[in-house]
Amino acid sequence: MEFNKTPIEPAWCPGCGNFAVREAVLKALNDSGLKKRDVAWVSGIGQAAKAPHYIETNFFNGLHGRSLPAATGLKLANPELNVVVESGEGCHYGEGGNHFIAAIRRNINLTVLVHDNQIYGLTKGQASPTTDLGQSTKSTPLGVLNEPFHPLSIAISAGCGFAARGFSGEIAHLAALIVEAIRYPGFALVDILSPCISFNKKATFASYKERAKKLPESYDPSNREAAMVQAAKWDDEIPIGLIYRRDPEDHPSLEMKIAHARGLDKPEVLAGHPPARDRLEAIMKQFVY
Amino acid sequence: MRDSLTIVIGGEAGQGLATAGELASRLLTRTGYNFITYQGYHSRIRGGHNTYALKICQSPLTGPEDQADMVISLDENTDAIDAPRLRPGGLLLAFNEKAAVKANGVSVLEVPFGELGSAREINMIALGLMVSALGLPLAGATDEVNQLFEKKGGSEKPLAALKAAYYWAEPKIGGKYQVSPAVPGHPGRLVITGNDALALGAAAGGVNFCSFYPMSPATTVAVNLTNWAAEAGLVVEQAEDEIAAVNMALGASYGGAVPLVPTSGGGFALMTEGVSLSGMLETPVVLVVAQRPGPATGLPTRTEQADLNLVLYAGHGEFPRAILAPGSIGDCGLLAAKAARLAEDSQGPVFVLTDQYLADCTSPIKPFDLHGFETPVNPLETHRRHEAELKPGAYNRYDHRVRDGRSPKLLPGFSDHLVKLDSDEHTPDGHITEDLDWRVKMQDKRMKKLHWLRERTIAPAYHGDEQADLILVGWGSSLGAGLDTLAELKREGRKAGFLHFNQLYPLDPSDWLPRLEKAGRVVFFEGNYDGQFAQLVRRECCFQPHMVITRYDGLPLTASYILERLEANHGVQ
Repeated sequence: MEFNKTPIEPAWCPGCGNFAVREAVLKALNDSGLKKRDVAWVSGIGQAAKAPHYIETNFFNGLHGRSLPAATGLKLANPELNVVVESGEGCHYGEGGNHFIAAIRRNINLTVLVHDNQIYGLTKGQASPTTDLGQSTKSTPLGVLNEPFHPLSIAISAGCGFAARGFSGEIAHLAALIVEAIRYPGFALVDILSPCISFNKKATFASYKERAKKLPESYDPSNREAAMVQAAKWDDEIPIGLIYRRDPEDHPSLEMKIAHARGLDKPEVLAGHPPARDRLEAIMKQFVY
Repeated sequence: MRDSLTIVIGGEAGQGLATAGELASRLLTRTGYNFITYQGYHSRIRGGHNTYALKICQSPLTGPEDQADMVISLDENTDAIDAPRLRPGGLLLAFNEKAAVKANGVSVLEVPFGELGSAREINMIALGLMVSALGLPLAGATDEVNQLFEKKGGSEKPLAALKAAYYWAEPKIGGKYQVSPAVPGHPGRLVITGNDALALGAAAGGVNFCSFYPMSPATTVAVNLTNWAAEAGLVVEQAEDEIAAVNMALGASYGGAVPLVPTSGGGFALMTEGVSLSGMLETPVVLVVAQRPGPATGLPTRTEQADLNLVLYAGHGEFPRAILAPGSIGDCGLLAAKAARLAEDSQGPVFVLTDQYLADCTSPIKPFDLHGFETPVNPLETHRRHEAELKPGAYNRYDHRVRDGRSPKLLPGFSDHLVKLDSDEHTPDGHITEDLDWRVKMQDKRMKKLHWLRERTIAPAYHGDEQADLILVGWGSSLGAGLDTLAELKREGRKAGFLHFNQLYPLDPSDWLPRLEKAGRVVFFEGNYDGQFAQLVRRECCFQPHMVITRYDGLPLTASYILERLEANHGVQ
């Protein structure tokens, strides 16, 4: 196997959905045929963001909420790396909400995995951006008063070309979604229902298991209007699977747009390519009088 | 003929002051003059009160002036606001003589702007007046106007206004304000702003990535790099905010790019967590902080040197950093390249601290010898060198056994070694640790790099008498003002010196502190309220200056400002 766990014991609670997500991630990586050296992980802060410590990979474990800007910089610097971003919903949708929308609008080619447990786990039980309206938490004794963040609806509205939802209780299904997300040449979002067994007594494994319903095979993810309907569903049924996929031919990534504007077939790797001094000299000469 | 002359053109935003100034400065460059231009403007797109000042002088390196010898008013505001800046013997070319604030010994000449051209060409009228008064060749001016307006579609009307103004002025002031040229012949000089030079020097130093959020007065650094990106092979990304900008730069740095992040104080304040991350990840980044007066939005288009403490203390926790502060347009280029090298080699954040005055000013300088710059930073070369030197066994990004704290820095994707960076305290392999023994070892490892940086600190430049009774101390953009002040003191027969700092942190006082201790009087001058650099020197070197002259009215330090305070408070004997 190319990709394996590290020998480090995860700092996750026994029974945490994160373990199953790791299984799916490892399966997806090994199924994808990628080489370890060609993959780099970027994560933020939180329990989910510790994930890259527990698989053998290159990683940049940065700041809370800031994984997407760091990943954007990494991908622009070395477009040949497969860059995976993994963090929780607090990191991606809360602290990093502005970056989430901006990264989607850029359509930078990243695979973005969001462990969504609808609660802040590491800080011990405050409301997260996706906690249900009215749910009582340590920080919301009156119940959550804010409308929950709808990641897939917002992502599709902002121009996301690949929007999927998985569930930690469906490892093979999730792994297949991650493989597709890695292969998608643009911003690919996988929102993952992954219960916090310690701090969310409402969004439990059992409740997700009951509500998560795979999209039927007949479902056409290229239909944006139909996708908006599925993306918004959040009640007795939560659709899981590839909700929206835009043809990447019509939706080139940021780095491809830069390359095309420069008449190149593929994006340039910046390492080893300082700006050419003879070009700079020519630029400077324009200002010599 | 005069040795020097300062002209201020004043008007509203949108009247094209800067264009008139730029054309004049090109003509002055070609005709062999030394000069400096600096701008004062309001934070708006149209209207307000803007000035473009042109100081023609003999020295190739000079500072700005508070006073002027000629004011050209393109509106009544200028008649009222800038006329009082005129020295005795000065000339006000008034927009409306009745609005002019007249001072003793100042002549006033109302210009019939409406008769000389339309409102659109008012800046060309200003140029015509200048060309005549300075005794510059009209043909040279028409060439400059032709070259500029050919690209913009038609130079007929601008030329007509230029000539009408010139011929109107000739019988009245023609050649009366001529300055002797300082550089005879036509050596071909570079006329760019501090920000232009900074961008050029950075790119020559290897910077090939820039992420930024627009903020005056730093924006033109990024705009330049954007303009050159395709040709020179850079990637420039406008971020959604400053937090994104700095984190993008760190991600790019991890990937092997050489990043630069230009901003100003308020934007930089948002970046401080990222600065701390650079310290912890040991990931190089160059941050350009172009200062303007704060707090908060402050005076967005004015200048100050009040963010030294901000960059010195930015970021939680303790980690090494270096702060460079260019003194001239040439320095902007050289120090930007130097900053990229220091960041790469020290594996952490390096600052270039500039300000609105230096960012926007221009002066003709010798073109950079870009091929003579130190080898550009190349992280892939670092990767290959460090990989070749690896000890057998697993690769550890944060190998704490290295003598100077600088552990082998590889790039992900260029070898089978996995490169692991963590913002948590970590073990040498980059994984999270809560082992407190490791905490101490890793903090010791990181802080060793401060010593490494201190050994490479750029020593301050000393100008003036070896045995000086009075030593002035300044930093960054006040170099020109300091040199002007020193020249004036010398004219008065004073034994004086001027110590100018291009690097503010870390300091190595061994070669300059004895000089200050021996001097009769030591006077610091800074563009801030608190004397931040004087405080830093006191803290780091236990040296107490006799006086600190501060300026925080939004204008750059000038020789007259410094001399006035030297005399008023303690006398220049």
